[in-house]
Amino acid sequence: MSLKEMLPDVLAEFPKMGRADLRDFKKGIDETFRVFTRENGEAIENFFYPLKMFMVWFEKLLLATPWPLMIVVLCLLVWLGARSITMVIMTAVALFLIGYLGMWDDTMRTLALVSVSTFVCIAIGIPVGILMAKSDRTQAVIVPILDIMQTIPAFVYLIPVLMLLGIGKVPGLIAVCIYAIPPVVRLTDLGIRLVDKDVLEAADAFGASPTQKMFKVQLPLALPNLFAGVNQTIMMALAMVVVASLIGAHGLGSQVLKAVNNQYLTLGMMNGLAIVAIAIVFDRVSQKFGKRLQKHSETIHG
Amino acid sequence: MADNGIEVKNLYKIFGPHGDRYIQMVEDGMSKDELNAKHGHVLGLKNINISMPSAKIQVIMGLSGSGKSTMIRHINRLIEPTSGEVIYQGQDICKMSKADLMNFRREKTAMVFQKFALLPHRTVIDNTLFGIEIQGASRGQAEERAKHWLKRVGLEGYETYYPNQLSGGMQQRVGLARALTNDADILMMDEAFSALDPLIRMDMQSILLELQEELHKTIVFITHDLDEALRLGDKIAILRDGEVVQQGTGQEIVLNPADAYISDFVKEVNRGRVIKVDTVMTENSGNTTLRIASGSSLEDAAKRLIDAGETAADVVDASGAPIGGITIKATIDAMVTPATH
Ligand SMILES: Nc1ncnc2c1ncn2[C@@H]1O[C@H](COP(=O)(O)OP(=O)(O)OP(=O)(O)O)[C@@H](O)[C@H]1O
Ligand SMILES: [Mg+2]
Repeated sequence: MSLKEMLPDVLAEFPKMGRADLRDFKKGIDETFRVFTRENGEAIENFFYPLKMFMVWFEKLLLATPWPLMIVVLCLLVWLGARSITMVIMTAVALFLIGYLGMWDDTMRTLALVSVSTFVCIAIGIPVGILMAKSDRTQAVIVPILDIMQTIPAFVYLIPVLMLLGIGKVPGLIAVCIYAIPPVVRLTDLGIRLVDKDVLEAADAFGASPTQKMFKVQLPLALPNLFAGVNQTIMMALAMVVVASLIGAHGLGSQVLKAVNNQYLTLGMMNGLAIVAIAIVFDRVSQKFGKRLQKHSETIHG
Repeated sequence: MADNGIEVKNLYKIFGPHGDRYIQMVEDGMSKDELNAKHGHVLGLKNINISMPSAKIQVIMGLSGSGKSTMIRHINRLIEPTSGEVIYQGQDICKMSKADLMNFRREKTAMVFQKFALLPHRTVIDNTLFGIEIQGASRGQAEERAKHWLKRVGLEGYETYYPNQLSGGMQQRVGLARALTNDADILMMDEAFSALDPLIRMDMQSILLELQEELHKTIVFITHDLDEALRLGDKIAILRDGEVVQQGTGQEIVLNPADAYISDFVKEVNRGRVIKVDTVMTENSGNTTLRIASGSSLEDAAKRLIDAGETAADVVDASGAPIGGITIKATIDAMVTPATH
């Protein structure tokens, strides 16, 4: 006789909500959300319209730029960020290979998606991080939200995004941003909180206003951490492009998706590796840039 | 000249969430340890009354944890008092509004810190002009003033260096230049030279004294070092466990230590350098040709007496008129440390 059989019913079987009740419960919420979508869908779409236009414009710009010019521009950016000839050469070789293997246009689309979503993450994430650093209460509210955003399976929030905005560029972008924004928020907050108390006291002693303190002392000194956050955000945005392609974000991700659906091994590998190549370039460049920022902020001896 | 003295009156600071509840108990004699053990609050300052003279150097001295930093931070209210007043030009700093306090900090005070507290991401010149940049000075004007003061503290040519490229002594010169560039009436220095090695420390003391000759600021200088206190201080207040145990001129403290704690402090002092001839002078003229200026130290007087081969000398005032006399015996007697308190 098993333990289960010896126990009274309540302890053996989990007291479930009735089948019908549960069905009605789910249906009810779904229906409410659907009504909400029907009523507000257009308003929400209008709200995101400027972002959509920007996204479309930026993608077109990248696609319309002749490839040699594009390589030159990207190599220049790498040089400005990393100041390393090796990095510039590696970037040029990677881009050339990508183009030669027929992935140029998809790479440009992915680049556009990642750039715009990084931009959105920074534009929202840094102010939120600042607010968090300024108040313990704000921090206590936002940290759990960030935890949820980072752990909830991406597919789960694809559903409401899809219901609200349908398939397309903006939903893809939003999905990427939800996934990629936490690091920049967290590290902005952390960076500001880690600023040396003595230096802050000096700023106070000289009569700095809270705004002056933020922009002249806290943010500059938080910059290395803040930059580490941006770096992670970029990496996570890149990691998300395949999932985002499920709801209409075109680019390398949608090629990978196609390869998965059709068991095209080489197509999958090639596009996957292209994503890796972009990731490595972004990562090294932003890390080197972060290090350069840090140069003088390190230890003061004496 | 305006009176830039600072009056600290009945100042109490009890650290903890409900400091004000325990003032009465502390007044009734509860000790720092007892307050901490029974109520979890830390006694920072207890009934401080110090009158800091205008255009002079007021030294606040005490061992680690005696409340020196807490005291000085009440002058620009980096720490909120639990009760009491800090009066400057008729105004109680403790009652100023946020905006007034900010302006007071900007225009009337400047501070030098023990750990320098320079901005690591800014060059020497950008650190130096930080204070007046905050006030909204134009870039050109700010740079000019900053350069001037950097030159005065001996850092000409280092404008574009970053703090982490400088030695500790040089960093503190930047700290001093930053404070001086503010051109404030009150200069607060919290153990400003304590982190420096002895030679550089003497150097910085000399720079400060030299600058004070012409600037006449009200300087509040914190130290745990009696030699530094005696060298710099026009007036000295000694703190212990948040209380003032004695205040007066260096000479007064060395000659009449208030209790065993202070005797301990002054035991090792070179009295010949601290005590002035005026203290041991008698009304009788020395009846010699040797004349020693009023205000000279005993050490200098003894040296003059011995060099001249005399046993007595006249003490003369600034105009050269004799105001009394000293003997070599009285001079040397006073230089020898008395056995006990
Ligand atoms: N924020 C605070 N909260 C609680 N207690 C504090 C706080 N700041 C200072 N104290 C306590 O107040 C007392 C005086 O500290 P303070 O820093 O003024 O000493 P100090 O004389 O400057 O010492 P030091 O020479 O080490 O700098 C100490 O017992 C310290 O622990
Ligand atoms: Mg201190």
